Amino acid sequence: MTTTLTTPAAARAARPMKRRKAFDWGQPWVYLVAAIVVVASVAPVAYIWIGGFRTTADINADPAGFPNPWSLDSYIGVLTSTRFWGSVFSSSLVGLGTTLGTVVLGVMAAFVIARYTFRGRAFLYSLFAAGLMFPLTVAALPLSVLLRDIGLQGTFIGLIIPQVAFALPVTIIILVPFLRAIPPELEEAAVIDGATRIGFFWRIMLPLSAPGLVTVGVLAFVNSWNAYLLPLLVLAAGGMPQDLWTLPLGVQQFSTQYSADTGAVLAYTSLSMLPALAFFLAAEKRIVGGLTGAVKG
Amino acid sequence: MTHHLTAGPAVSAGPAPTPAAPARRRAGTGRKWLEIALFAGPALIVFVTFVIAPVVLAGVYSLYNWNGLGPLERFIGLDNYVRALTDPLFLTAIGNNFTILIASVLIQGPLAISIALLLNRKLPGRSVIRALIFVPYVLAEVIAGLSWKLLLSPRGGVNALLEAMGLGEFTQPWLANPDIALWVMFSILTWKYLGFAILLMLAGLQGVPEELHEAAAIDGANWWQIQTRITLPLLAPTIRIWIFLSMIGSLQLFDMVWVTTKGGPVGATNTMAVYLIQYGQGQYGYGSAIAVILFVISLAVALVYQRFAMRRDLAGAVTSGVR
Repeated sequence: MTTTLTTPAAARAARPMKRRKAFDWGQPWVYLVAAIVVVASVAPVAYIWIGGFRTTADINADPAGFPNPWSLDSYIGVLTSTRFWGSVFSSSLVGLGTTLGTVVLGVMAAFVIARYTFRGRAFLYSLFAAGLMFPLTVAALPLSVLLRDIGLQGTFIGLIIPQVAFALPVTIIILVPFLRAIPPELEEAAVIDGATRIGFFWRIMLPLSAPGLVTVGVLAFVNSWNAYLLPLLVLAAGGMPQDLWTLPLGVQQFSTQYSADTGAVLAYTSLSMLPALAFFLAAEKRIVGGLTGAVKG
Repeated sequence: MTHHLTAGPAVSAGPAPTPAAPARRRAGTGRKWLEIALFAGPALIVFVTFVIAPVVLAGVYSLYNWNGLGPLERFIGLDNYVRALTDPLFLTAIGNNFTILIASVLIQGPLAISIALLLNRKLPGRSVIRALIFVPYVLAEVIAGLSWKLLLSPRGGVNALLEAMGLGEFTQPWLANPDIALWVMFSILTWKYLGFAILLMLAGLQGVPEELHEAAAIDGANWWQIQTRITLPLLAPTIRIWIFLSMIGSLQLFDMVWVTTKGGPVGATNTMAVYLIQYGQGQYGYGSAIAVILFVISLAVALVYQRFAMRRDLAGAVTSGVR
């Protein structure tokens, strides 16, 4: 009696495991949902890209059609303009400067917090961590006054330094557990071999924490590349020539200025997406890993 | 040898050596403090000057009538705050921020969790699917916003698509209709940030051990029971973090609104940050009062949420809300 009752249950229990190896009938539904989400995510972007291949007259005649004929004029127009390349240059310069500043200052401060015992260490850490609660919008106006007073408004440095400052909290929060996880035995061994604390930092700490540094670097770069509010206040309001505005500012400006030329706006917008897309897809694991890592650390 | 040489001058140059705790290391406390100052100093100076000081200054400016030029002279107490909190436009903006916040948690959360649960299996092509879902998040908010502005304009792609499908009566000036503009904005934000939420949940699901599923399956649990009884409770920390990020993001919403509607039509999509930049440039005192209000609201929400989340009440409410 008992055995006959348990047999079907046991069979049912075993089935999902077997199924995974054979054909899973749940799979088509999963693919359907995945397909819907993927199409919803990508279709608007595809519309912009494909629209860039259309002439403005063609778009005005039929906003939802395919290019007829395919025209490269808009893309060529953007790719031969100085303002597009000026924007790419500025975004790259500011992005690299911000990344470098963030990683260097961040790892140094995180090293102290992670590996030194001193009075005020907990306070130092809480101070940086509290920075997470200080959004840029709150600081924006006084920051632009401050930059104006010290003569940095309208300069790249005036954009890079505050971006580094606002990137430090996340950087330090990610890096401290990373640096702390490096076993103390390694440090003791290094000290026995005659290394100073600084030598240990350079020769052992930095190489071992490379993955963490890449993560925070990617985050800093990406945030800088996409930033809008601070460039708006520092570059646009500070009198930087339009040709040297960062990409988000430049795209916004271009689309207002040439709003009648839809084809050109679409081409400009899609070309502005490309660098970020390429970079992000290459670093996807780092970005998500960094965010979830920060969350758990 | 080397450190004997360097330790000498370092001791005398060390800033404020503390008499506390006998030094365990051979190098004296002076050297230790010098190292601490050299390593943490630059970050600390930059952080205090460009993050802490501006926030504190916002608090000071908010008490003055000041246009950003000349000396701070016209102290007006709390007048800026009174003006802000009695301006219907600003109150609408606060309301809009909270509408987006609540809708994000209640709609995007369950959606992202469900999709992540479905995708959390061995699928051929999974990495491609993940990468494509991530695309909207990858774009700058400004560029995504401008794209949607083009798509949603009266002669844009969305209306043209509706016409082509024979749904001509649903065509709209999407972002210019005050009755629906906020929800259109919310939809754009969902498009932009759902992929991130899904990926975060999928990353969280990786931390749920496979053996637990197998054990439950052997005990006769079905797929649904496994998800609600085992997976979701174990995913709770990730969900809590996502809710936190989503709430803070909703309260500070700026770029997307600024490039698509500038808060219009008639304030329908206005947010605190948009209002701040619109009215703050030129009226630094008033703008700073707005900034302080925005800061206090964000902080209050964060603190209240942390109390809730620590007691795990909210996580339970959210996960059971998926049903």
